[in-house]
Amino acid sequence: MEAFLHQVIGGLATGGIYASVALALVMIHQATHLLNFAQGEMAMFSTYIAWALINAGVPYWAAFFLTIAFAFVLGLAIQHFVMRNIRTTSVLQLVIVFIGLLVIFNSVAGWIFTYTIKVFPSPFPKGALWGQKYLSPHELGAICVTLVVLTLLWAFFRFTSLGLAMRAAAQNPGSSRLVGIRVAWMLALGWGLAAAVGAVAGMMVAPIVYLDPNMMAGILLYAFAAALIGGIDSPGGAVLGGFLVGVLENVLGAYVVGNELKLGVALVLIIGVLLVKPSGLFGSVQVTRV
Amino acid sequence: MSAVVPAAANSLSPAASRQRLQWIGLAVLLIAACALPFLVSNYRTFQFTLVLVYAIALLGLNILTGYNGQISLGHGAFYAIGAYVAAIMMDRFGMPYWSTVPIAGALCLVVGFLFGLPALRLEGHYLALATFALGVTMPQLLKNKAVEKWTGGVQGIVIVKPDAPFGLKLSPDQWLYLFTLAITVVMFVIGWNLIRGRVGRALVAIRDHPIAASAMGIDTARYKSLAFGVSAMYTGIAGSLGAIAIQFVAPDSFAVGLSIGLLTGIVIGGLASIPGAIFGAIFIQFIPNIADHISKAAPWAIYGIFLIGFMFLMPMGINGAIRLGWARLRHRIPAQQKGG
Repeated sequence: MEAFLHQVIGGLATGGIYASVALALVMIHQATHLLNFAQGEMAMFSTYIAWALINAGVPYWAAFFLTIAFAFVLGLAIQHFVMRNIRTTSVLQLVIVFIGLLVIFNSVAGWIFTYTIKVFPSPFPKGALWGQKYLSPHELGAICVTLVVLTLLWAFFRFTSLGLAMRAAAQNPGSSRLVGIRVAWMLALGWGLAAAVGAVAGMMVAPIVYLDPNMMAGILLYAFAAALIGGIDSPGGAVLGGFLVGVLENVLGAYVVGNELKLGVALVLIIGVLLVKPSGLFGSVQVTRV
Repeated sequence: MSAVVPAAANSLSPAASRQRLQWIGLAVLLIAACALPFLVSNYRTFQFTLVLVYAIALLGLNILTGYNGQISLGHGAFYAIGAYVAAIMMDRFGMPYWSTVPIAGALCLVVGFLFGLPALRLEGHYLALATFALGVTMPQLLKNKAVEKWTGGVQGIVIVKPDAPFGLKLSPDQWLYLFTLAITVVMFVIGWNLIRGRVGRALVAIRDHPIAASAMGIDTARYKSLAFGVSAMYTGIAGSLGAIAIQFVAPDSFAVGLSIGLLTGIVIGGLASIPGAIFGAIFIQFIPNIADHISKAAPWAIYGIFLIGFMFLMPMGINGAIRLGWARLRHRIPAQQKGG
């Protein structure tokens, strides 16, 4: 029982990470109706920037916010310079561009920072938390940070006029343009926010998995699984899905399929959800007009 | 107007002459390909063997992604299955190398067809995502303890390069090149016949307008899962040939990078083009080797830049660019003759 509890709580901790990346995926999907395969690598690259800043002597929290700002600009730039100029609606071409971005971020990070594994600091204290051994301070901190990010995003979209404009631009670009919303900039803003959320996830996951250019490959898959379970257009669902996937991964890994096949859980979840309930738990059903 | 009419009036003879030119070009190319191993070193021969292997895999991926419009980011998984079939049959069961190729193809046909059945319900991004997950997961499945008895786990399997049969005075590399070349030619002829016929038109129709295609009576589900199976079969055959040439298989050689490399190959060679598979194969075999001298990361950076650059500048790939250039040249020359 105690071991089981350990697995569940450990799962919640990694689930928080999946939740943040899933949240970033959902944000880009909401703004553009695309699945961003480069999301994980963008987060990884931002985390390297944070690492470089911290190594240069910048205090952790200053580096944290500087990195978020950097990631925001990065996302903005990708939309403004790359995605906006691609005049195609062909899904194949868009996916190819995303894969191109993924490969570029991965190789540039490897080129600049080398492929050796690096230790990334945690802002939270070390040692046991309140004398229990289930949850480390960093894991609890990561969960809290995820929840704070979710709340901030929810408040932004719910209470600010900019958030309203972004939702409008995503839902109906044509009418939004007519009422004076600059749709292209709203899309860029969506990319920027998603990249910033991804950067937070990267900085929270790096102390656990260590920093290297390939650290996000598995996490991205779990995040996709999480986003699909929650419903690709539901931010709250993505967060819940993230925690669910984290727990499922740990419990199934420990008791059913074994640790080596943990990624197989993501594969089965992704295909299973797409086949059985493509709209996820909280997503809206997509209807296409013939 | 005057320039168009004469061209249209005797359109038959230029078309026929162009076709003859194409046949002659193909024959010259084939003779050159046969002569190649006797002109270059064994190592270069080995590299060209891999070009042929990639060409088969790219043709397979192109049937699925280029012609049928189903995106696969996980074809490395089928390549891995083919490679492991060859390695396990040769190493564990002592089967001859040539017998592994059809079995790898048959197994991948079945696996691809079965994966294609659920994939029928997925479109666009979601299919890309599902296949991406397959590609990322494959190395882990191969490392799994349950199958370690056959796959050799992380260490992989070392196999022996076959010697030339019938007492032919060829080095193993030369023989393997010619063996691979023969299979490549067969696979390309099959692929060409498949694409230019009824099946190929059905595949393209499904890609361009699935609703119209099914309204015309094309069994969309059957053709799509068939395309998946055939495509996986090509890639599996390539995988088995690749394993025999490299003499080694290990899970980490079939990471998601392989799938991305194959995708890069068809984009650069040309989506929905048969010669494009060869251009793409030459690219993914030689460009990373050259770029490797700059930095370990450089080959991938080049892949990425080429992927995005081609989508911006040459969405039809090298093959499309050559056709375009050729068409422009042909239009210019008669125009000049008329003017002069």
